[in-house]
Amino acid sequence: MESGEQEIFDRVVKVIVTKMAESGKPISADRITMDSDFIKDLGADSLTVVELVMGVEDEFGLDEIPESEVEQIRTVGDVVAHLSRQGN
Amino acid sequence: MTPSNDTPTKTAFVTGASRGIGAAIAMRLARDGFVVGVGYRSGEDGAKAVCESIAAEGGRAMPVRVDVTDPESVKDAVAAFVKETGGLDAMVANAGVVENNMAVFTGEEALAAMVETNLSGAFRSAKAAIKPMMRRGGGRIVIISSVAGLMGNPGQAVYSATKAGVIGLAKALARELAPKGILVNVVAPGLIDTGDGGMIEGIPPEHRAAAESLIALGRAGKPEEVSGVVSFLCGADSTYLTGQVVTVDGGMRM
Repeated sequence: MESGEQEIFDRVVKVIVTKMAESGKPISADRITMDSDFIKDLGADSLTVVELVMGVEDEFGLDEIPESEVEQIRTVGDVVAHLSRQGN
Repeated sequence: MTPSNDTPTKTAFVTGASRGIGAAIAMRLARDGFVVGVGYRSGEDGAKAVCESIAAEGGRAMPVRVDVTDPESVKDAVAAFVKETGGLDAMVANAGVVENNMAVFTGEEALAAMVETNLSGAFRSAKAAIKPMMRRGGGRIVIISSVAGLMGNPGQAVYSATKAGVIGLAKALARELAPKGILVNVVAPGLIDTGDGGMIEGIPPEHRAAAESLIALGRAGKPEEVSGVVSFLCGADSTYLTGQVVTVDGGMRM
């Protein structure tokens, strides 16, 4: 991972840890990798994925990520890739 | 509900609130402590008058133009209201249109207008509320149906269908959003005299006498008799009620 990507990844992980704890399914940061699938690997349900995306929008000060793109998000890497494309 | 420094003021958005039942709902929510977005499509003067009445009683409200047939308009209107007030606690999807005609004379235009406003519009309004409510950790969505959706009225095939449709919509949303603390219910008014030119919610004027004879309480209802129920469903006392249809019809349908 490039250093810029690593920094984005670290911030995304922080959001995931916070939001998963809030939704009653705490997860430790060391379990999260770029390949982690939110639903299959991290145990999020689809509404929690929406909350995670909202948390990412807040963390990075983004406008709402379009529905068509949210639908494509499966893994942590998908989020990092989206943010990298946005120039973060 | 008295706003304090600890609790953010509760906010509510009502579509179709420039007159009739929607206006009564906006007024009542404001009286019960909500900051209210008074949604209107063409009735700007009416919406402003509602806001002035609310202000005169010491409440806070703002007119917000919203066309529920336009997805972008709904999204933008709710976003603007949330930006102005800091959040959204209650959404009342009230905007509706009715064109009475026998099915054989009902054209495609009338069909599309009623489906777009009454059914798709309710969906869009509820959808726009979900993310702001998730940010608040919960909320209340109330969709205004009609006894027409439960009984079916002659001359109102499409209207009845749209009003039945929102019941399915509310039940699905209730299940989908319960884990996030968002409660979704339906209020189905019966024969309500809105006093603004003979629009009797759910019943064509020519059927009024026949309909009144079916009402246990023997009279048409007032908008204020609907708005209190809606405000209850939006308020802090309603915590264990979701996916339900509350019929406010004076005992017309039991």
